[in-house]
Amino acid sequence: MTIALVIFIALFAFVTLLGFAASRWRRGDMTQLHEWGLGGRRFGSWVVWFLLGGDLYTAYTFVAVPAAVMGAGAAGFFAVPYTIFVYPIMFAVFPRLWAVSHAKGYVTVADFVRGRFGSRTLALAIALTGIVATMPYIALQLVGIQVVLAGLGVKGEWPLIIAFTVLALYTYSSGLRAPAMIAMVKDALIYITVIAAVLIIPSELGGFGKIFAHVDTKALLLAAPTATNLGAQSAYITLAIGSALALFLYPHAITGVLSSRSKIAIKRNAVALPAYSLALGLIALLGFMALAAGVKTNPAYAAQFKTYGANFAVPALFLTMFPKWFVGVAFAAIAIGALVPAAIMSIACANLFTRNIWREYVEPDCAPAREASVAKIASLVVKLGALAFILKLHDQAIQLQLLGGIIIIQTLPSVLIGLYARWLHPHALLIGWLLGTATGATMAWTLGFTKGAVYALHIFGVTVPCYAALSSLILNLAVSAVLSLVFNAWGAKRPDLTAAGDYV
Amino acid sequence: MRRAIYLLLLVPYLALAWVPLYDRALPDLAGIPFFYWYQLVWIPLGALLLLPIYLFERGSKP
Repeated sequence: MTIALVIFIALFAFVTLLGFAASRWRRGDMTQLHEWGLGGRRFGSWVVWFLLGGDLYTAYTFVAVPAAVMGAGAAGFFAVPYTIFVYPIMFAVFPRLWAVSHAKGYVTVADFVRGRFGSRTLALAIALTGIVATMPYIALQLVGIQVVLAGLGVKGEWPLIIAFTVLALYTYSSGLRAPAMIAMVKDALIYITVIAAVLIIPSELGGFGKIFAHVDTKALLLAAPTATNLGAQSAYITLAIGSALALFLYPHAITGVLSSRSKIAIKRNAVALPAYSLALGLIALLGFMALAAGVKTNPAYAAQFKTYGANFAVPALFLTMFPKWFVGVAFAAIAIGALVPAAIMSIACANLFTRNIWREYVEPDCAPAREASVAKIASLVVKLGALAFILKLHDQAIQLQLLGGIIIIQTLPSVLIGLYARWLHPHALLIGWLLGTATGATMAWTLGFTKGAVYALHIFGVTVPCYAALSSLILNLAVSAVLSLVFNAWGAKRPDLTAAGDYV
Repeated sequence: MRRAIYLLLLVPYLALAWVPLYDRALPDLAGIPFFYWYQLVWIPLGALLLLPIYLFERGSKP
């Protein structure tokens, strides 16, 4: 056994212990859904910082973003403006969602939509969208673990199965407290790895000037637009805007926000979370460093690149550049980085299933303790489903995750606009959601789920490449607004279970 | 007019929405082309722009 593997296993064992011990942390009554699934809404600014940082900046991001930069150059860098665009939205909007959820005991965003618009069908649509968008995302976290296991020379599927089973068990017993506690270790390891990478690798490679000299001049910048085609720049910025609008609609992001103790904690985090974006931006540059280090043509890694494609870029770079023991630390950072979001995503899906499907449609009079135990079992099922998914349908998971952003963004009119106004009619929202989802999915399908779901629109003879999530959202918004005019003119008064004072 | 401080929320979008503004190699910074370092610099700037709003809101609470 190599020293890297020993360190890797030791760190993994350590966070497993933490995961089980977490159930005693800020002990609450675990037979209540908001205790298990939201950590009792008692996390302060620091814990939320670690939790959301560990949750949003996933292992897959840390592997896939540099892979995209290595493969596509500048186009892969859109993750940086994306993360910049997220935080003004988080700062301005999400304290309102926290306030109304706190006042009304909402655990999921579909709970909010149910109360705000009085429509259980719309709430069901929101809940299903959340679950369907998140499932392949959980599966993709496993890719992060797979590539580092491959880098450590571990063969077979059983290590992955063990890692995920252990994760499922401590999530079952500790709920959101487990990833919150593990996130602190994960984030510390990630920062150590990034700092070490930025200090060591560029100087080993002779500085950034030499690194960028290896990049094909066509990939170094985005192609300039022509008179008839806005080209790569248009794709770049629509991907950044669309991804930013989608991010906080994902159930795992909402779960992180709702676990806060206060509105202030959310605002502080909108200011403090960009520290992770900086780490992500530097990690993105690792893609170019991998190029300059020539890992792709190194015969030692040929087999792994064949299996995992560009996703093996970062593991290969670390293996080339770091001392053996530190490879163990860096790989543990990535693998543990997969556990935190996977746990939070499965908890978020379980909350949605329990609140908005089980209690709404199957067992309306279920007691709080029953609700919590349904959620725990749902979290197990979700994770085992994700595991089966990645082992059997690896490529489809990546395609479906691409689809995830397109479908989750269709909840924006009900959720984000719903937080400010309820002029939009639930029937109109439902039809807008349906058309937006169908259009976006069709665009992605037409593209064969490639090119990052950038679909070329033709507007007055000009080709405008646009992220399918953004164009289909615009359709959704237009349909919702126009039909609301019609439905509101006919319709009777609709109940709103929330009051203006609940939002501040 | 004190609410005008919320306009700071728009600044990062204005700085990055127009891609031709920064889709260039020069001036570089320690060998990093302009395209990359300009966007990286906006990560901390974007966070710093939220700070005055945060402090304003705390100050206006009784």
